[in-house]
Amino acid sequence: MAYIIRRIILFVVTMVLVSLITFSVFQVMPGDPIRIMLGTEADETQVETLKKQLGLDQPLYVQYIDWVKGLVTGDLGESIRFSRPVTELLADRLPVTISLALITLLIVVIVAIPLGIFVAKRQNKLSDVVLSSATQLGMAIPSFWLGMLLILYLGMNFSFFTISGYVPWTQSVAGALGAILLPALTIAIPQIAVKFRYVRNAILEQLRLDYVRTIRSKGITEKFVMYKHVLRNSMIPILTIFGLITAEVVAGTIIVEQVFSLPGIGQLLITSISYRDFPLVQGIVMYITFIVVLINFLVDILYSVLDPRIRLN
Amino acid sequence: MKKNKNWFMLIAIMLCVLLIGACSGEEGSEANGEKAQVIKVRINDDPDFLDPHLATASISFQMILNMFEGLFAPETDGSLTPAVAESYELSEDGLTYTFNIRDNVKFHDGNALTVEDITYTFNRLMGAENGEPLSSDFNNVASTEAPDADTFVIKLKEPNSNFLYSLTALQSAIIPASNDGNQNDNPIGTGPFKFVKYTPGANLELAKNEEYWDEKLPYLDKVTFVFQSDDQSALMALKAKEVDLTGVPANRLAEVENDFTISKQNNNSSLIVTFNHEKEPFNDLRVRQAINYAVNKNDIIDAVFSGYATPTGSNMSPAMGDYYKDGLQDVYARNIEKAKELLAEAGYPDGFSTKISVSSHNDMYSNIAQVVVENLREIGINVEIEVVEWGIWLERIYFGRDYDMTAIDLTGRPSAYEVLNDYISTNDSENFFKFKNAEFDQTMADVLKEADRDKQIEMYQRAQEILTEESASVYIADYQVLWASGKGIEGLKSYPFWFHDMSEVRFTE
Repeated sequence: MAYIIRRIILFVVTMVLVSLITFSVFQVMPGDPIRIMLGTEADETQVETLKKQLGLDQPLYVQYIDWVKGLVTGDLGESIRFSRPVTELLADRLPVTISLALITLLIVVIVAIPLGIFVAKRQNKLSDVVLSSATQLGMAIPSFWLGMLLILYLGMNFSFFTISGYVPWTQSVAGALGAILLPALTIAIPQIAVKFRYVRNAILEQLRLDYVRTIRSKGITEKFVMYKHVLRNSMIPILTIFGLITAEVVAGTIIVEQVFSLPGIGQLLITSISYRDFPLVQGIVMYITFIVVLINFLVDILYSVLDPRIRLN
Repeated sequence: MKKNKNWFMLIAIMLCVLLIGACSGEEGSEANGEKAQVIKVRINDDPDFLDPHLATASISFQMILNMFEGLFAPETDGSLTPAVAESYELSEDGLTYTFNIRDNVKFHDGNALTVEDITYTFNRLMGAENGEPLSSDFNNVASTEAPDADTFVIKLKEPNSNFLYSLTALQSAIIPASNDGNQNDNPIGTGPFKFVKYTPGANLELAKNEEYWDEKLPYLDKVTFVFQSDDQSALMALKAKEVDLTGVPANRLAEVENDFTISKQNNNSSLIVTFNHEKEPFNDLRVRQAINYAVNKNDIIDAVFSGYATPTGSNMSPAMGDYYKDGLQDVYARNIEKAKELLAEAGYPDGFSTKISVSSHNDMYSNIAQVVVENLREIGINVEIEVVEWGIWLERIYFGRDYDMTAIDLTGRPSAYEVLNDYISTNDSENFFKFKNAEFDQTMADVLKEADRDKQIEMYQRAQEILTEESASVYIADYQVLWASGKGIEGLKSYPFWFHDMSEVRFTE
């Protein structure tokens, strides 16, 4: 219990720090949200009226305090660029980014773990060497370029894939998969290239331990050794890594959503920054921080489930 | 072993479901032989507002003009045609406009348009009720009046020959009084299309207005504007038939030329390389002229627009028809010797160093800057390129006027007055060049009082000459916007400003 309370305090502190940092960055960043939105054709009269209506004539710290007050009551304020509540904009886009992140994670897990096991069993054999070189390639590919390649070779040739935009799951499951699969692959491929090596190393480390030799000498089949004992014991380091990927996947969605014009959180973030839409940027940053902190928290809990020797204290 | 088989079955079933789903998805869109009258148009960005009185960005009007009408509507040749007003009369003294309102006009919510709605519209724009005007276009209005159900009267303080141009949906779209306060969330107008749904960052959906006063129009049942900022992705979406119409950068035309219909639009913008007239050495006419002689318009047109641009010599495009003064584009034909002489006369025989600051929101600007750097190096002027974000460009250069040189395209407007008024010395909000010329100011003031169109044209042409003589900027070109559309789309119209008019568009075959 004490552990959980400590985590929650840490969580609140993180959120406050992050929001303060965003706020400070906004204070030094040049650019006026109304002017950016209205461009060169802006009518002075209108600029003034709008500023007053949106409360932008107030000093920024007053805007920040108002924002914090709203946050306490669950109100993230109204986006300047889109004249809509921030919560509504986030709710519209959450399903897109969450589907993308989950499917990416799923792909990474179902490819990287078996691949890691496969390579671990064939240490220093040809397949290990080939795959290790492939890793270099996978890591070096910029994700926007990989996205373009996937659009060009898969997206354009199979009508199953939608190459721009998003189809809600409730409308068509196949449509949603067609829209999400390629972007998910785009984020997943570089992740797989890196992560399966961690799995391989974690397993190799276990294989060198005494208990493996002991159970092998008992005559238990190699399959049983691998899946029942080694894999289970390698789960802790693997889990740590996969906890970390979540942050990377969230970061990955920001770029990939641009390439595939997926109306997700990442795309919204870029728009809101270039329009200096302070309430919206704060809202998104809060959301991303929340997800990352939450995942780390869950990973910690999972440790104790996987290995009862670890006590949360 | 058995377990494995179950897995295999499960995956096989899932694959089948997916395939069936994918196939059935296709059927919906291509209905029985006849092409559905549904179009998807790619637009670079979201509208700033859906409320036509709040919207300012040209990109917004490109879409929302399909939903709204003013008393008049702009035509493709820059003239005006009656819209909500059927006809009008102007009093002898040029102060009182009497509009005869069309009878059968209905708003999208089914209510008939009344003169009360027109009164409401102008009151809202002028801030007559709450003291918060939404526009300064109507500062010259003394009063409005609705003497009977079909008549609306506007009285001006001073005659203004350009006044009718502020009565289009660009500046004063007629909206219903009953929708007050709700116009941005649920826009209601009288245009050929009505609002369905706006998904920020994704799209804007419009549907046919079945009760449009011009019964023949529109042909399309549904119009979706899809927001996509990246050209590369937009071209791919076009090829995958996910959009039907998109702008194409000139240098990528070859990719789509063969499979799509290409239409070229003179967008009536003025692409300029300009300077801060208050800063040395640009306060010296000879320096500005030297730069004009040194910059090669054709280099820029070829390098940046692959030739798809019309060279200009003043702040007006040939798209403006009669108002355009021809011949100015040749005044500063490239002449390096002359440029060097002028620089020497001005006291810079060895040139000088300066900086050109351009926005990063479109590659076009930095590409232009590169050509300018090369051109000016030949006369000894050493130019450094600074690329800044659009928001910073607006704040520091356009509004802050803290710059030496910059490159930008000034958006086209239907009215010649508004195309040229940026250079009036008292127009603080737009005159970011800090251009100051008494004759120009006087000409622009006189033209508003002039009722005769031929004389107006003469004055507008003189204004253009002054800009050239004074080397107010380096006028490069009006570049063409290239649109690629799927085969079988008809009725696309090209206006001297940003407007995707969907009212006459239809799919044939």
